[in-house]
Formats: sequence, structure tokens, C-alpha cells
Amino acid sequence: VNVLVYLIPISILLGGFGLAAFFWTLKTQQYDDPEGDAHRILRDEWDDAPPKD
Amino acid sequence: LAAPISACPACDAAHIAEDTAGKGYRGNGQEAQRIMLSLPTAYCAACIVGVEGSLQQLPGVRSARVNLTLKRATIEADHDVEPQELADFLTSIGYEAYELDTGVLSTTATEKSSRDLLMRMGVAGFGMMNVMLLSVAVWSGATDATRDLFHWVSAAISLPIVAFSGQPFFKSAFTSLRARRLNMDVPISLALILASSISIYETANSGHHAYFDAAIMLTFFLLAGRYLDHRTRAVARSAAEELAALEVPRAHRVLADGKEEVVSVNEIAVGDLVRVVPGARVPVDGMVEEGESEVDRSLLTGESLPVFAGPGEMLSAGEVNLTGPLLIRVAAAGKDTSLHRMADLVAMAETSRNRYTSLADQAAKLYSPLVHVLALSAFLAWLWISAGDVRLSINIAVATLIITCPCALGLAVPAVTTAVSGKMFRQGMLLKSATATERLAQVDHVVFDKTGTLTEGKPRLDNYGDHTPEDLAVALALAQGSSHPLAQAIVNAAQDEGIRAARVSDAKEVPGHGIEAIWSGQTVRLGRAEWLGAKGIDRTATYLKIGKRPAVAFTFTDNLREGAAEAVASLKKQGMKVTLISGDAPAAVQDVAFRLGIEDYRASMLPDDKVAAVEAFRAEGRHVLMVGDGLNDTAALAAAHVSISPATALEATRVVSDIVLLGRSLEPIGGSVALSRSATKRIRENFGISAGYNLIAVPIALVGLATPLAAALAMSLSSITVSLNALRLKGTP
Repeated sequence: VNVLVYLIPISILLGGFGLAAFFWTLKTQQYDDPEGDAHRILRDEWDDAPPKD
Repeated sequence: LAAPISACPACDAAHIAEDTAGKGYRGNGQEAQRIMLSLPTAYCAACIVGVEGSLQQLPGVRSARVNLTLKRATIEADHDVEPQELADFLTSIGYEAYELDTGVLSTTATEKSSRDLLMRMGVAGFGMMNVMLLSVAVWSGATDATRDLFHWVSAAISLPIVAFSGQPFFKSAFTSLRARRLNMDVPISLALILASSISIYETANSGHHAYFDAAIMLTFFLLAGRYLDHRTRAVARSAAEELAALEVPRAHRVLADGKEEVVSVNEIAVGDLVRVVPGARVPVDGMVEEGESEVDRSLLTGESLPVFAGPGEMLSAGEVNLTGPLLIRVAAAGKDTSLHRMADLVAMAETSRNRYTSLADQAAKLYSPLVHVLALSAFLAWLWISAGDVRLSINIAVATLIITCPCALGLAVPAVTTAVSGKMFRQGMLLKSATATERLAQVDHVVFDKTGTLTEGKPRLDNYGDHTPEDLAVALALAQGSSHPLAQAIVNAAQDEGIRAARVSDAKEVPGHGIEAIWSGQTVRLGRAEWLGAKGIDRTATYLKIGKRPAVAFTFTDNLREGAAEAVASLKKQGMKVTLISGDAPAAVQDVAFRLGIEDYRASMLPDDKVAAVEAFRAEGRHVLMVGDGLNDTAALAAAHVSISPATALEATRVVSDIVLLGRSLEPIGGSVALSRSATKRIRENFGISAGYNLIAVPIALVGLATPLAAALAMSLSSITVSLNALRLKGTP
């Protein structure tokens, strides 16, 4: 059972990485144009990140 | 002088290519201006490439970005770039584009609050997953120190998250309590706070049950419902703002030295001189100073016949100048125009909407007191049964509060409205009001306006057969030189029949009166009856006079709008009464009513009469749907139970209507009533499902058998059933 002492913090830390990634996607406006992004990913051309403002 | 040869030409080329592809033109050093264009027909990957690529090649454009969800392009460009030129350029290469007034688009505020909700939901989701994993261990039999440790870890995760993510509910509950009212958020907040506190107490005392998972799950599901609701409204609002932003108000101001400048309507002051070219909408209220023309008032009064305008005549904002240029002395501009005052009046008259209680509010009214009473009586009853065991009694009361499934109730309406507004948007209808579907479902009487709603406001020559080929050839020759709608109708009709224009000379347009020319040595005129000395008839007509011969009349009827016949037929088939109310002359109204098979029609109705008629129907206990586009319909639209206006209507009219038709066709109206009935049925079913879960779960909680596992199961099962039921929404019958 002692394994829990470090397994629980590790699992929360991993979850925290996911949460940080979610914050990053929010901050870089990746939910503003879901339909456009679905199409953009299929293009050949190199694409700039969404505009920051 | 040759450029130095690089050791690695490919590196340079790659470098340059990357520079031009990524950044492109960096601007002329001055501050950039931001231009927004509406792209109604953009829908695919090729459109993104086409629009962005071609815009970036234009001089002065620094960057261009297409948002496919909002169907909009945002462009950064130098200050001397004209938005209209970019729009014209895009339209010319096949991507229909319109300039948007960036001042009207206030997207930032809604985007911010939507992002805020999404963030709270993400945090709650993260916490829920972690706490659930820990709870599974407890449910499957962790005991003693292990269970306590798991409870403490759950508490450490869920307490800050509930405090952070639950803020929208706490705030709303607080404001509602301060106003001495109970809304849905009061029991929700109470359940969250009580569940968290009792769980801490239980954990501290090594209790068996802690409700951290329930509290955080409740937060997550409720935030999901709220986010759906918010998004639906934000999309509708941004589309409605876009319609308003499409009318970029500009005016040609004439300066003292005779020069002209194009300015925004907001800058026009009383006493200025404004030039209105043929085909343009009058931007201000004012008196004609110079020039003669005819104006089209149909949007304001419903009259389909153009009216003469000469020096001394008063014009109102919103009228369309037809034939000659007019110079107008401004009497009122901007917010003071009759157009804006009308909109303000309507906003005040809008009372019937406020009286409507939505299904969600009705349910909340029933639900909130019931839950509180249940929980309190469970507490008191168990206090009595257990002879004063407060801890047990509170535990049971909290279990009751949590298990009554407010999350299914919180999802019941947003899930359906999201589904229905998406469906309606695809059919070309924009839902502006949250309760519009519910009100539309009750409709049993439909009132239509004529000009601009059932008809296109575009005349068609209807007595073609009455004329000799000679008359037609002369009329065609005269009409060809004019952009007047009646002249254009003659040209269209004659060309369809293959008539060749007669040879006329010295043709000149007399603005406000008609066209004059010389044909075979005699004067020929096409125009208003008074100008020709003829006697006018009670129809939309123009007259032709050749030499000394008596004048002949060309009469016109209005073309029916696309889908008008289908919409009326479909509504009648669904058992609804249809009435036509118009401000136009009786003959024209009767003709349209006859063509569409509408038995009940009324002509020459003033705006007040329209309101009175709608009020009379309401007094009979009918639920009226009003469909109209003119300013004269605005008050009636506001008085009706629910209202629809086409996108071509004036902004003041669109503001008061609940639904805006984005396309040209009226046909979606027929199906929309059936769709909204289906949606309302789903909402009721969802409430029924929630009630059904409660019927099973509440007795279990009341007798004290509800565990955190049972609460978690009931909550997720009911939320999923409700969401799935919303997706069963049926389209047109």
C-alpha cells in the first residue's frame, strides 16, 4: 500500500499536465474556429498559428 | 551590380520562401487598420486557401485570416486600403464578400465569457476524473486508513475546484436570493456547499461516505449545460450583429465649396447638405433642396407604388431614391431619425415577450421549493427517528439534495435548444431569442405582411398581351435608358418575348416624371400619369403616350417571393389560420391573397391598425406568429406572440423579431413550426425523464440507503439520457 504515497502525486501531476495543455489551447484561441481548423489541417501549405490579439 | 553569390542558394531560397509565406508584406510602418469581411458562401478548405492567398497578394494587405465557423475574414492592412475594394475583389474572383462595420461587432465580450465558462468546465472535468478514480477504490472496498487517505486527497482536489468552477452558480444564486426569489441555482449552490461541508466533517471523523465526487460531478455537468446554452446564444448574437454590421452607414456630404466627401452617418449634423444618388437609400431625415426623383417607401409604409419627390418634399431615412440625384438638407440624423425613434418606441411596447415564462423557469419554480422542503423534512424526520443523531440526519438530507438530479434539469433545455438552433440555422433561420422555439410551438394563427415579405418588392409587367408590338417596341426603347424598377420590368418582359427596340432619338430622363424621346418625328413619353396628362388607374402602373394618341397603361404586379406559396400551403395544412395584412392599396393586396389562396386579407392598414389587428387575435386567445419586413410592421411584430422577419428587412425591424430568415425563400417557415413543436416535446420529455429518475432515487435517499455510488450513477445516467433524447429531434414533417 506504501506505493500509493508516490503513485497518487504522480497521477495528479500527469493530470496536471493535461490541464496545463488545456489552458494553453484556450489561451492560443484554438476553440474559436473549430470548423475552419478541421479543414486547415488537411492543407499542404504551412500555416501560421491563430492570430494573437 | 550583381548580388553576391551565396554558397548555399537553396538555404537562401528556403529562407525567403518562409518569410514570404509566413509574414508577407510587413506594412508601410504606420499603424494597421483592421477590416472585417463577411463571407456567406465560404464552406470548405479551398475557400480558406483561395481567400487568404489572394488577399495577401493585394498591395497594402499585411495579413488575412478566415474564420470558417463565423464565415468571416479578418484583415490587417494599411490605412489607405478601402474595405469595399477588398470585398469587390473577392466577389469578382468568386467568393461572395461583404464589408462589415467593425464598430458594431462587439464579439470580444461574449468570446471572453464563453472562454471563461469553457475554462471552468475544463478544470471541473480534470478534477472530476481524478476524484472518480479515487472514489472507485473507495467503492470497491477500501477501508480504514486507506479510505481516509483517499477521502483527504479527494478533498484537496475537489474543494478548490468546486469553489472556482462553481462561481457562476454561486453568483447567480446570490443575486436571486438578494431579490428574494428562488431560481434553479439556489438548490444547486446549496447542494454543492452542503455536500462539501458534510464530506469534510465525515472525512475528519473517519466516516464511510464522502460526497466529493458528487459535488464535483454536479459542477461539471451543470457547467456543460451552461456552456452549451451560452454558445448557442453567442452564435445567434454574433450572426445578428453581423446582419446589422452589413449596413455600413455612409453618406455623401456636399461641402460649401461644392466638393463632395464620403462620411459616416454619425458625423452628419443637422443643416448639412447630403447628396443621394439613384439606387441609394436615404441616410437621414430631411427636405429636398434640389433635384426631382421618385422614392420607394415600401419598407416604411408598405406602399408598392413609388412616390414623387421634388424640392420642398420631406424624406425619411430608409426610403430608396429611384431615378434622379437629390440634394437633401438634413433635418435629423443618426439616432434622431424617424427610423430610430420608431425602434425606440417598439422597444418600449415590447411587453408580451416579457410576460412569457419559459419552460425552464416553470420547472425551476416547481423544483426549487419542492427539493428544499424534501431535504428539510428528511432531516427533521430522521432527527426524530434516530432520536437526535444530527450527523446521520444531515447526511441523509444532503443525499436527498444531491440525488434529485438538478444536472439533468440543467441540461434538459440547453441540449434541446442547441440541437434545434443548429438545425434551424442550417435551414436558413436564425433564432435570436432563447424562448422563440417554445413560443413558436404554440402558434395557431399566422399573420403575413405583403410588400417585401410575401412579395419580392420587384414588379412584373402583367398586361403584356394588351399592347401592340409598336407600343412595346417604343416602350422598350424608352425604358432601356432607365434604372427605375418599373422601366426595368418592361425591359425584362419585352426582351423575354424577343421584341426589338424602336429607333428613338434625343432620349432623356426627367427625374421624378419619366422618360421622353423623339420617335418618327413625334414626341413619345413613358412615365407618371400626371406628367402625360392621362388619368391614373388604381394599380401599380406606368403610362406610354405617343404623339397625340391617348396614353396606354402598363400595369404591374409584384412577384411572389420564392417559397411563399409553399409556406402558406404548409401552414394551412397544419391547421393554422392565415391572414394577410398590408398597408398597400386594396387591388394589389387582393391579387396577392388570391394567388396564394389566403381568404382573410386586409388592405390600407396603418401601423396602428396592424397592431390593433394582432391584439384582437390575441384577445380571442390565439397565439399569433407575425411575419413582416417593413418599418410599419415593427410594432405589430413586437405585439405578436412570436415574430419572423427576412434578412432584407430594416435593422429596426430585425431587432424586434425573434427569428430572422437568412435566405431568400420563405419555405422554411412551414417546417419551423413543426420543428419547434418537436423541440418543445423533447424538452417536456426531458423534464419527464428527470422526474422519473427522482421518483426512483428520492425514496431511496429518504430511507437513508443512498450511497455516493448511487448518487454518481443516477447523475451520470440521467444526464446522458437527457442529452441523447435531445438529439432525437425530428426535422420537417
